[in-house]
Amino acid sequence: MAMQVENLAVSRGGILILEGINFQLSAGQALVLRGPNGSGKTTLLRTLAGLQPIADGLITCDTDSVAYAAHSDGLKQMLSVRENLEFWASVFGTGNIDKAVESFFLEPLLTRMAGALSAGQKRRLGLARLLVTGRPIWVLDEPTVSLDVEAVARFGETIKTHLNNGGSALIATHIDLGIPADILDVTPFKAKPVSFPKLDGAFL
Amino acid sequence: MIALLKRDLRLAVRAGGGFGLGLAFFLIVCILVPFSVGPQSQLLASIAPGVLWLGALLACLLSLDRIFALDYEDGSLDLLATAPLPMEGAVSMKALTHWLTTGLPLVVAAPALGVLLSLPTQGFMWLFLSLLLGTPALSVIGTFGAALTVGLKRGGLLLSILVLPLYVPTLIFGAELARRGAVGMDTQTPLLMLAGITFATIALLPFASSAVIRINLR
Repeated sequence: MAMQVENLAVSRGGILILEGINFQLSAGQALVLRGPNGSGKTTLLRTLAGLQPIADGLITCDTDSVAYAAHSDGLKQMLSVRENLEFWASVFGTGNIDKAVESFFLEPLLTRMAGALSAGQKRRLGLARLLVTGRPIWVLDEPTVSLDVEAVARFGETIKTHLNNGGSALIATHIDLGIPADILDVTPFKAKPVSFPKLDGAFL
Repeated sequence: MIALLKRDLRLAVRAGGGFGLGLAFFLIVCILVPFSVGPQSQLLASIAPGVLWLGALLACLLSLDRIFALDYEDGSLDLLATAPLPMEGAVSMKALTHWLTTGLPLVVAAPALGVLLSLPTQGFMWLFLSLLLGTPALSVIGTFGAALTVGLKRGGLLLSILVLPLYVPTLIFGAELARRGAVGMDTQTPLLMLAGITFATIALLPFASSAVIRINLR
């Protein structure tokens, strides 16, 4: 079992957003999150990635198993593509960027500054970071924004390879990635708009 | 941790990295003070340790808001928080980078600028020593302030107001050490106090900084 979520409630800014979420994610499985804008998909993913405290419930997964990719790619404009990737590879202790470069066709761009890339190329570099983390559970927030059709297809292939290697993925997206995935619609879990009791004052 | 240090140093020296901002400010202050005070080397000599310390402190303050703001804006702070690197280690590296790019150049430049301010000869060693010992505390305290204001747009004003009172003890003992050294008095008390402040901040503040970063990322 890669990740198990029981009766999870998530909050943002002291307001309860989603509650009563239950799902299981096993190795080799992909789960796609659906829901309209503002329904709490990002908040749920940030909570699963450990960036936000949970409001209620339980998340069970191995320590250091989640790789998170957000709307922003965390790229340094003044570093080259290679330097950006090598930085994350050494932070995550994997050290090898060849597979990531190959999967996202970054070879011709390696020496270019990240600031000089197009939006889609930046996104590809941001997603390539997932491969250098070496972590089994990918938590992805709208990963296909600004990717062209071909890049989306390649990204789908990368996820398939990841799943076949025993990884799993949790993806918030509105488009079809061409991978066999279960769908979790977050709309039914919407919490009643009451203020969150364990509010910690000034820090929201 | 070394990777983060190397990346930040590399970013600092590339275009737009802000390396040299603090040093340039320090140079300007120390060059202009003799003009504004006038040609009274006696007066200059007596205010030199204080002016040099004040200039160094303000130069440090100038570059504080960049410590976390850039990483926050491009999302890499979120990614660092989910990386295996402990946040305490990350903020310590940030403080070290700030010291290497801002504090250390000031320490090296200060004796040269002491000449402009007619600092007595015996004071150079003490000025160098006091800055070498005191500027790490400025960077570590400043990193804490930057962590407190990380999510705020234009948080520079709030940052300065929060950090300045915390800088006061370092300024008092640092300038006192340099002044006593310049006039040939006993320097042991301010030296020990300054060293105590610096080592205490280095030991304790990274934990506070990483705690507030985690809260600010929520």
